[in-house]
Amino acid sequence: MTISVTDKTAIVGVGNTEFSKNSGVSELSLAVEAIRIALDDAGLKPGDVDGLCTFTMDSSDEIEVARALGCNDLTFYSRVPYGGGAATGTLHQAVMAVATGMATTVVCYRALNGRSGHRFSGGVSGDIITADAMHWGWYTPYGLMTPASWVAMFTQRYMHLSGCTRDALFEVAWTTRNHAANNPAAFFHNRTFDRAEYDSQKKICDPLTLYDCCQESDGGSAVVITTAERARDLRQPGVLVKGVAQCAARDMEQMTSFYREEIAAIPEMDIAAGQAYAQCGLTPDDIDAAVIYDAFTPIVLWQLESWGFCKYGEAADFVLDGGLRLDGRLPTNTHGGQLSEAYVHGINGIVEAARLVRGTSVNQPKKSVQHALVTSGVGVPTGGALLGAMT
Amino acid sequence: MTPEAKKDFEDRIQTYVGREISARKRGLDDVNKVMVRQWCEVMGDNNPVYTDEEFAARSSKGGLIAPPTMLQVWGMEGYSMANEPKEDLQRELHKIFDAQGYSGVLGTNCDLEFKRDLRPGDQVYAREVIESISEQKATSRGLGYFIETRTVFTDQSGEEVGNMKFRVLKFVPDQATQDAAAGAGESEKVAAPTRIHSPRGHDNAWWWEAVDQGKVLIQRCKSCQTLRHPPRPMCGECQSMEWDSIESALQGTVFSFTQIHYPKVPGYQYPLVCAVISLNEGTRLVANVVGCDPEDVTIGMPVKGVVEQVDEATMLPQFYPAG
Repeated sequence: MTISVTDKTAIVGVGNTEFSKNSGVSELSLAVEAIRIALDDAGLKPGDVDGLCTFTMDSSDEIEVARALGCNDLTFYSRVPYGGGAATGTLHQAVMAVATGMATTVVCYRALNGRSGHRFSGGVSGDIITADAMHWGWYTPYGLMTPASWVAMFTQRYMHLSGCTRDALFEVAWTTRNHAANNPAAFFHNRTFDRAEYDSQKKICDPLTLYDCCQESDGGSAVVITTAERARDLRQPGVLVKGVAQCAARDMEQMTSFYREEIAAIPEMDIAAGQAYAQCGLTPDDIDAAVIYDAFTPIVLWQLESWGFCKYGEAADFVLDGGLRLDGRLPTNTHGGQLSEAYVHGINGIVEAARLVRGTSVNQPKKSVQHALVTSGVGVPTGGALLGAMT
Repeated sequence: MTPEAKKDFEDRIQTYVGREISARKRGLDDVNKVMVRQWCEVMGDNNPVYTDEEFAARSSKGGLIAPPTMLQVWGMEGYSMANEPKEDLQRELHKIFDAQGYSGVLGTNCDLEFKRDLRPGDQVYAREVIESISEQKATSRGLGYFIETRTVFTDQSGEEVGNMKFRVLKFVPDQATQDAAAGAGESEKVAAPTRIHSPRGHDNAWWWEAVDQGKVLIQRCKSCQTLRHPPRPMCGECQSMEWDSIESALQGTVFSFTQIHYPKVPGYQYPLVCAVISLNEGTRLVANVVGCDPEDVTIGMPVKGVVEQVDEATMLPQFYPAG
């Protein structure tokens, strides 16, 4: 027996804190602020929340969040591992919990002092003997110890195989930055760049340079999920979850899947995409806009291929045709993405995807957005969700 | 600092903004050929328009000029400053920072603007003011404040010839930096940083111990003979937990690679290339490619590995281009 989750649940509230480089407050403070904003947006009270879901990486404990907010009894709480791979993974958990009646209203949140606190660019190291530390130990002695370095290894291989050049990486960075320039909440509000500026940035790990990399930010984001029925009575138009899936594909490692037959590929996202489409019967042609996880520019290309907007190796052509721009085939990362709005581990992406379906993005495309895609981080077990308007 | 103390501190430092560090004062030497020649020699700047009168006369400049980037030189104090630091407003401000623990100081950047060329005989006057102090910033050196000063350079007729914005960071040094500074005068030798080692546990210690002995091993399933790397406790093909290993000949090709530019980590030698190597035995291994220009590394390049001592405490497989 297959239980369908399609159209059973809806995103009814979204919220972001201010994004900054130094929040001056605790991560717990950011978490509860983001959740309060999302609940206000929905017209709900903390007492209505009976489920919470976040990242294993998040430092804000569920019951501390619940106590701080004044939530009622929690009947569902869970966490999703693998960094940004958890972004839509939290939605996956919330949807299953609400669709099966384990909870009625679940909040997915993520809050981090990613610039003033622990910085991802600092790399991984440590003296504690855990499986995780031993895993990184295969790479740290050689100097391969940052997310940029791991992604660079896949990118070099992908460019070698597909013929993709830095022209396509520039187009991703440039389009995203232009979107941020219109977004007052974005770090790069009003700050566009040209090719000369892009080319003059410092090298990070070949072939990636500074503007191919996302920011490090302080901030929190939250989304509220409840039943589609209940969504109809709330303050905002509900945004239906049509399909949501995640996958850890065979023989993968966390960020370092260097041992599979081909490494210039993200089979876990291909599989999650296939599942999400199959759940609801939508096809790539039905998707009007997208928020594609953009910790680095090249990972946007691979995901376009995974979700069927073009064939393998053709994503460079797709973006160079203006495919990601507001008047293009798939307006993407209209908030400025993690490259240029803020890096909140992809939950700010779910916020933007919901806005696109509501019709309230600061860069709302002229065409009607009936369905939007939002994805999680890649290189790790990952996934994505297809959102749709309520009829 | 409590929020109240921080506010008092910030209010106090902000009173320095706009104040003069030094009033308009004539430089110790007017623009002259001797200092220009010495500066050009030290900097390795061979442009004859600074030193060759005939050339300069024929050039678009119509005569000798001083190198524009020498601008700051004409207002400098001279060597006495190193022994007897001047007690000026800037130093007074820095002491306020020092007292709150912001004892670190780092020049971060300097912007110069040039209004006209200076020629031998020109008099240069400098006036320096504290232009701004930032809000508190979290930097990689620690929490701190950026202080910007601006020096305006004018000539004998009072016309501006250029100006300089100089930015320094006053910061709270982290513990390691403080310890190093405290120990600097003592004889205790600070250990040179080495590469970050892998922790060693049940599943990987045997592999790293072999590397310490100069060998790279590949784990092999005793039941179905499948090779696997990195090591793990069970064979994914037949689920056997019995294993032994073979020694790799360390021959193979580059499957993918990246040159690491940023961040540069103490204990590592740059340029630094990391690569996924396809070993001829059939498994892959991440290691460094050395012995060639990083620009010459390509996917598919044949390589030969050797286990080497890369620093005082670290043995690692390193791969060289194979002829």
